[in-house]
Amino acid sequence: MTEKFRTSHGTGVDRSSVINFTFNGKAYRGVAGDTLASALVANGVHLVGRSFKTHRPRGILTCGSEEPNAIIQLETGPRSEPNLRATQIELYEGLIAKSVNCWPSVNFDVLAVNGLASRLFVAGFYYKTFMDPKSMWMTVYEPMIRRMAGLGVLPREKDPDTYDHMNEFCEVMVIGAGPAGLAAALAAGKSGARVVLCDEQVEFGGSLLNSKEIIDGRPALEWVASAVAELEAMDNVRLLKRANAFGYYDHNYITVHERRTDHFGPGAKPELARHRVWHFRAKQVVLATGSHERPLVFADNDRPGIMLAASGQAYANRYGALPGKRGVVFTNNDSAYRVAIDLVDAGMAIPMVIDLREVADGELPNVARQKGIEVVTGAGIVATEGRKRLKAIEIAQISSDGEKITGAKRRIECDTILMSGGWNPAVHLFSQSIGKLRYDEEKACFLPNISSQKERTVGACKGTFDLQSALEEGMAAGALAAQDSGFGKGKAPAAPKAIVVVEKPLKAIWVVPTDHPVGQGPRKHFVDYQHDVTAADIMLAAREGMHSVEHMKRFTTTGMATDQGKLSNVNGLAILSAQLGKAIPQVGTTTFRPPYTPVTFGALAGRGINGDLADPVRRTPMYSWHLEHGATFEPVGQWQRAWYYPKAGEDMHAAVTRESKALRDGVGILDASTLGKIDIQGKDAAQFLNMIYTNAWLKLPVGSCRYGFMLKEDGMVFDDGVTSRLGENHFHMTTTTGGAAGVLDWLEEYLQTEWPDLEVYCTSVTEEWSTLSIGGPKARELLEELAPEMDFSNEAFPFMTWREGDVAGVPARVFRISFTGDLSYEINVRNWHGLHMWEKCMELGAKYDITPYGTETMHVLRAEKGFVIIGQDTDGTQTPQDLGMDWIIAKSKADFIGRRSFVREDTKRSDRKQLVGLMTENPKEVLAEGAQLTYERVNPTPAPMVGHVTSAYWSPNLDHSIAMAMVKDGHNRMGQWIYAHDRGKVTKVKIVSPVFYDQKGERRDG
Amino acid sequence: MLYIKCPWCGERDETEYHYGGEAHIARPENPDELTDAEWAEYVFMRTNTKGVHRERWVHSDGCRRWFNVARNTVTNEIVAVYKAGEKLELPAAEAVKAEAETKKAPAKKPAKKPATVKKAAVDKKEGA
Repeated sequence: MTEKFRTSHGTGVDRSSVINFTFNGKAYRGVAGDTLASALVANGVHLVGRSFKTHRPRGILTCGSEEPNAIIQLETGPRSEPNLRATQIELYEGLIAKSVNCWPSVNFDVLAVNGLASRLFVAGFYYKTFMDPKSMWMTVYEPMIRRMAGLGVLPREKDPDTYDHMNEFCEVMVIGAGPAGLAAALAAGKSGARVVLCDEQVEFGGSLLNSKEIIDGRPALEWVASAVAELEAMDNVRLLKRANAFGYYDHNYITVHERRTDHFGPGAKPELARHRVWHFRAKQVVLATGSHERPLVFADNDRPGIMLAASGQAYANRYGALPGKRGVVFTNNDSAYRVAIDLVDAGMAIPMVIDLREVADGELPNVARQKGIEVVTGAGIVATEGRKRLKAIEIAQISSDGEKITGAKRRIECDTILMSGGWNPAVHLFSQSIGKLRYDEEKACFLPNISSQKERTVGACKGTFDLQSALEEGMAAGALAAQDSGFGKGKAPAAPKAIVVVEKPLKAIWVVPTDHPVGQGPRKHFVDYQHDVTAADIMLAAREGMHSVEHMKRFTTTGMATDQGKLSNVNGLAILSAQLGKAIPQVGTTTFRPPYTPVTFGALAGRGINGDLADPVRRTPMYSWHLEHGATFEPVGQWQRAWYYPKAGEDMHAAVTRESKALRDGVGILDASTLGKIDIQGKDAAQFLNMIYTNAWLKLPVGSCRYGFMLKEDGMVFDDGVTSRLGENHFHMTTTTGGAAGVLDWLEEYLQTEWPDLEVYCTSVTEEWSTLSIGGPKARELLEELAPEMDFSNEAFPFMTWREGDVAGVPARVFRISFTGDLSYEINVRNWHGLHMWEKCMELGAKYDITPYGTETMHVLRAEKGFVIIGQDTDGTQTPQDLGMDWIIAKSKADFIGRRSFVREDTKRSDRKQLVGLMTENPKEVLAEGAQLTYERVNPTPAPMVGHVTSAYWSPNLDHSIAMAMVKDGHNRMGQWIYAHDRGKVTKVKIVSPVFYDQKGERRDG
Repeated sequence: MLYIKCPWCGERDETEYHYGGEAHIARPENPDELTDAEWAEYVFMRTNTKGVHRERWVHSDGCRRWFNVARNTVTNEIVAVYKAGEKLELPAAEAVKAEAETKKAPAKKPAKKPATVKKAAVDKKEGA
């Protein structure tokens, strides 16, 4: 197909460079400089999509990031990307695109039948039509709506591209490179400040790219080129094109999404990161984000061929693509006359401008009249015809209050409407910065009012729509921003001279009447194109009590589509305020949130998300041995811990059974290096520990160890561990593997903020020491071989003491502590001796059949003894008594963290959930961890839950399943039978002591 | 994301820090003398300031030191940063706002808290 609508002009395209592409399965030709949208316009293709709910045919409406209709699935395979705006996709050779919201094709969409059933899709349809019966929602309605409304399709394959992030500082950040932004960047750049100028478009120039303005007596684009050249020559200025500032956060933190390679085609530049997210911290910000033209809300204003006026102008001037053969301009202001004039000059037939105002006597309307264009004032478009393309319109005189038609209708054949309802400054970033807006009655739009950050707004974004003023504002703001960041004297360079054209004020008529009252009859007044929200929907929402703009938005879904209401928000709230009889400022706006336009997940994730860099991995020095000996691993926080060591043919159950028995019968070895370790020194160390732990520490002898609980101030257990006194003022604290960092933070917080007078120093030494736990009845014999010079007898080296000595030829600290209940020693050596020590233990232990065991066996063995794991058996709501460990509270101590909360009457309630053991009636049945517990088998609804299973295992040493649980009043209910529930399965269990094995503790001395 | 000036390390992104809640709430010296309600006041109750709020931060990914920040909760503007133990004199306008806030808070619960407890603690540990 040839480009029937391509003219010989077009300042932004190179007609000699042809580009072939495919849209909805059909081949087309475009030229270099085209967007997908402009190439389609040049080929006369306006039908590009279907609406969200009713699948009405929709055309290209805009030429920028605010596009609601031309939503595209670009490419196929792993690089396919959904929901892109055709107006922002740069054309490249071989591009493949299709519309997202239609099936089977955009020309024949079976779901368009929704259009006939559109009464089902009124405002709030989610909450009404599909409410009953409830069971239908999950199974029928929701999947159906999702398929009907589903926009693009996500690729199933892994994203083959790379993405990166950059962090950067600057003095002046200028967002938007239109005339005001360029001026601001020039002024700031000349001061020597570090300046960043970014713009979402392919080229700098903003609105000047689309218009035919004159600056300093020559085409504005020449001024743009010289300004850009001047900026490029400044070393202190960074220019970012195709870079969308999508978030403005606290303290001038601005995120920018730069599309670096998309315009070369998918995969064409594998050596470059496809997208980059910039994180700027700016001393001063200048917002020059421009404005969006506002659609007019009139009857059936959504037919393909209906376009925003300035976008039509852009297609003609910049891309050399005429929006149609014969069009009318429909406006409430002077700016659209410029469009009529340019389009006539470009060769399009524009027989008429229809102006809602009674009088159009400004400079531009008069020029239009001189061009032979008929200007019909005090009139509006009251009907349109044509399904897949506009065919004709009907116009009529309307009353001055805009409420009704007053004259006869007149029919005009045309394929294009260029509409302009005025301009909405793009205040999104300003609002994100917590700046406050005000409503301007004359311009009928919201303008920046009070800045909350170090920021200035200039140009159209500030409501300054005339070019000369925008240039001057930009120069002034750039110079002042530089001065406020410490550069220059704040004197603005002279602004270039534009031709000043005075525009007369607009007249806001928010809903153009038709021959039926709005909401009755067949015609629809669309406000939000992508979400199919009509003026009638908003009026209905107001009648149904949605008086807040936030409620109206959620009820009707206005502004909640991928375009986030860039076109619809102001029209929507104006209609709402009229319906409520309130002034627009009283109704206010909804909140603008990042991102300004959608950002790909890949860009947000950045580099390395597909690899090992997403999260650090921590390994112990013995990791290589575990790997070589077939261990499976379990992540514990960032640590990779050996889980179990299956022998040939063993599954986890078999391996854990073997490992568990081996320790109880002989000797087992566990890599416990991940245990948190904190070295605590200072003359007040013992006093400090006395406040941190619930038990008494002052008199702990050097060479001894003690198990302790730490509570939070609310009296609940938050970590546990064994701490050993290495010297008078020197302690070695151990914490849970997962709690290590949190405990160190906790200690530091109290030392720095509550007790700064205490002389105590805490250092994390977790990775400095490797810990090998050797347990079982044969442990002593092995230790005696490993360290012949040390005395391991119960008398010389009793339980809960530690000794220093030479073990396997290296200096070691040996702690006699036990997490299994059996005789056990923890050997600590410097981490570089860890592997050596492990191998030596395996070598000398071979004759005792030493068995390495992992975390799963460790869990089973400790559960056999009823030892809690903080974070598994507890959840931050247990006191020591709840865990059956009253003995760990030093009654004599006047104070420790958590004590005051702990002594409240409430913690003595017997109906608190308490730690108990559970034995199943069927010894082979292992409970599900997390299973809920009830006292009775059969319960009323809702069932009174009395607790839950926290740990459950098969105990090979007892040949019985065991479990630990938190049960209300559990300590008083020993021996009672209760019931565990797991997804419909009910299991009868007996409450028992959590100490299942060796209840007298006879095994710990070997 | 806030940009916070650590008194020891200088300006860094908020991601390097952790928030520590309202500042200048000292742990009572005599917990046993407090009623349950008074103790709960210390453990749980915090002011919900609109305006300048004094709060604790720790530079957890830096020097690991705790310090104080006076932050406007409406705009997130950081009015001042000061070390634990230091006193902060707010600029006149800010001080008026801050005072208005603190006046409001105790007025609601004058009898509940023995003035001596809070005062003694604050005097001793201003900045904590």
